[in-house]
Amino acid sequence: MNIIVLIKQVPDTTDVKLDPKTGSLIREGVESIINPDDRHALEAAISLKKAEGGKVTVLSMGPPQTIDALSEAIGMGANEAILLSDSAFAGADTWATSFTLGKSIEKIGRYDLIFCGRQAIDGDTAQIGPQVADYLHVPQVTYVFEIEKILKKTIIVKRRLEDGYERVQCNLPALLTVIGELNVPRYPMVGKLIDACKEKSPIKIWNASDIGVQANDVGLEGSFTQVIKTFAPKFKRQGEMLEGDARKVAGTLVEKLKENKLI
Amino acid sequence: MNFDLIEEHKMIRDMAKGFADEVIAPSAEEMERTGQYPYDIMNKMAELGMMGIPFPEKYGGSGGDWVGTHICIEEISRGDITLGALLDVTTSVTGQEIDVFGTEEQKKEWLVPIAQGTKIGAFALTEPDSGSDAGALRTRAVLEGDEWVLNGTKQFVTNIGLDNASIALIAAISGKGQRGNIISTFIVPKDAPGFQLGKGYEKMAWHGSATHEIILENCRIPKKNLLGDPSRGFAQHLAVLETGRISIAAVSVGVAQACLDEALHYARERTQFGRPIFDFQAIQFKLADMAVSIELARNQYLKAAWLKDQKRKHTFEATVAKLFASEMVEKVASDAVQIHGGYGYMDEYPVSRYYKGAKLLQIVEGTSEVQRMIIGRVLAGGM
Ligand SMILES: Cc1cc2nc3c(=O)[nH]c(=O)nc-3n(C[C@H](O)[C@H](O)[C@H](O)COP(=O)(O)OP(=O)(O)OC[C@H]3O[C@@H](n4cnc5c(N)ncnc54)[C@H](O)[C@@H]3O)c2cc1C
Ligand SMILES: Cc1cc2nc3c(=O)[nH]c(=O)nc-3n(C[C@H](O)[C@H](O)[C@H](O)COP(=O)(O)OP(=O)(O)OC[C@H]3O[C@@H](n4cnc5c(N)ncnc54)[C@H](O)[C@@H]3O)c2cc1C
Repeated sequence: MNIIVLIKQVPDTTDVKLDPKTGSLIREGVESIINPDDRHALEAAISLKKAEGGKVTVLSMGPPQTIDALSEAIGMGANEAILLSDSAFAGADTWATSFTLGKSIEKIGRYDLIFCGRQAIDGDTAQIGPQVADYLHVPQVTYVFEIEKILKKTIIVKRRLEDGYERVQCNLPALLTVIGELNVPRYPMVGKLIDACKEKSPIKIWNASDIGVQANDVGLEGSFTQVIKTFAPKFKRQGEMLEGDARKVAGTLVEKLKENKLI
Repeated sequence: MNFDLIEEHKMIRDMAKGFADEVIAPSAEEMERTGQYPYDIMNKMAELGMMGIPFPEKYGGSGGDWVGTHICIEEISRGDITLGALLDVTTSVTGQEIDVFGTEEQKKEWLVPIAQGTKIGAFALTEPDSGSDAGALRTRAVLEGDEWVLNGTKQFVTNIGLDNASIALIAAISGKGQRGNIISTFIVPKDAPGFQLGKGYEKMAWHGSATHEIILENCRIPKKNLLGDPSRGFAQHLAVLETGRISIAAVSVGVAQACLDEALHYARERTQFGRPIFDFQAIQFKLADMAVSIELARNQYLKAAWLKDQKRKHTFEATVAKLFASEMVEKVASDAVQIHGGYGYMDEYPVSRYYKGAKLLQIVEGTSEVQRMIIGRVLAGGM
């Protein structure tokens, strides 16, 4: 079984702060970690490999320091890792990110399963998994919390819904996005971490030409969306006291709600 | 000059940190209260390769270095002091002595399981009448045909009471030379005939650590279990105890860090006179002093470990690290209790456990007085 895991390196906090002047993320003094959901994706892939045989390849797009996240993935038991790093990739929106990841997966070639986290704690869109599946024309199952069975050409998983779950059987190859409920991620092993940090470590670095893309197809230039402004929303309570008897207050309330298009 | 940890060390630190917080710390109170040895945690540490960080992969180790080993010891000790001490004894002292002085066959038989952590090693130097004066030991070894026969008593032996302890390294008098007794070191399996495990000691703290007496009554071991040079057994011991000092310094820093974390957290939460006690300068100054001494102690153990990795002499640096860190942690732990007030004296707050545990660090691997004697000898130009 050939498994690919997509992981993202994120700042170690859910409480991301923006510089009020530039509107960009304050990364100073914030440690980087593997996106929490992606640890569960790694665990799922590694334990499947242990059970079924095969190979786990980890893929991440990010700046050079993303190599730390990949070393950790190797420490956990992934066989090899690829870092997609190129100044041309910078500033990608989710579409450009998915395209770049999709191209790289095509270059890797054979695979039976792709694991993603449900959502990154910084970008938070939960778009990458579905978009990569779409690009590759493979079926996708999101919010997976249990892998029930792997058959020859299909897989049976359970996906979480707000008020229950769905049991889905789908053809392989497929892309799954997973949630924390799926498993308990293992710790990396010291020996493997040390190997991952050595020169002959199984981590490759690919740039735009390695995956056969032009600079204007990826990164900021290849993005369909452009960020005009980022800002931290100000939380100001704008309470308004309605006065008068119950009938009058109710009337004003309905008017106000209509006015604000809330009803 | 570069003070940054390399990637390998950061990775080991992050892993050990997560493990200490998520796996060890939640069970530390129970370990101390029940005195039950944490076999499940030890097995997990073994699987993750923590027991053999500095040893070559071909002997079951992780192929790392002594800086990485000690960063791991610090983090593990932050979770629980006794597990840090376990690593000191099995890896830094026992494992290392076999790695450095053992034959190929001895390494295969004894080092591999210790490095993999499936077995735990012990180191038995102290005797009832020979503690700081370790050279005055009385245990004797006599060669009879193909076997060494050992007689004597070793006491306060860490780890040996564990079910998965395999051996103790035992120093014994094996003959008489021109300059007095010849001391040799032996690899003595726990299941050797004549090896009796005394009962566990009732201790002030460290209840998760399996400290026992060993009685050797015509204990027979194969001739091949002699470790290293028969006339240099004592020197071999002293060589690895130098690393043991770095390890106790790292244990001290880990425990002190746990004290500071708890005290800082408590000072922010506890309100008296209408404000968090953190706002009182007397409390902030204590916390500041704690942070200062931890920082210095950490830098010193890392320096000593780094010198060891560079294969350079580090007697002075390792001894400074041990002395400073072990004295520091007792003070830091005491201040952490002080910041907690009466609650700090209650078993339900971890600082009471840290305080009781910290005291021993000034005694094991050479008392503070012995460390000062060594530093004195270095100053006198004798070492
Ligand atoms: C409209 C818009 C504009 C943006 N513009 C910019 C910009 O100009 N500059 C900029 O730096 N960023 C920009 N971003 C952020 C960046 O595009 C996203 O962080 C990135 O595409 C991943 O999306 P996400 O963080 O929401 O991940 P999600 O879709 O929430 O992540 C889901 C899963 O996808 C996988 N995954 C996500 N990212 C990666 C990755 N990089 N490598 C491997 N696997 C991954 C992981 O498995 C993850 O768990 C923009 C985002 C949006 C929505
Ligand atoms: C829980 C525990 C675990 C231990 N684990 C191990 C182990 O695994 N292996 C092992 O071999 N040992 C172990 N020890 C023993 C420990 O190393 C000794 O207790 C220590 O070396 C001190 O020896 P002692 O207790 O005989 O004290 P003593 O040597 O009798 O010392 C008593 C006091 O006199 C002081 N003193 C002695 N000589 C001098 C001097 N010349 N000048 C000034 N002051 C001096 C000492 O510093 C101390 O304050 C352990 C001890 C404990 C309590």
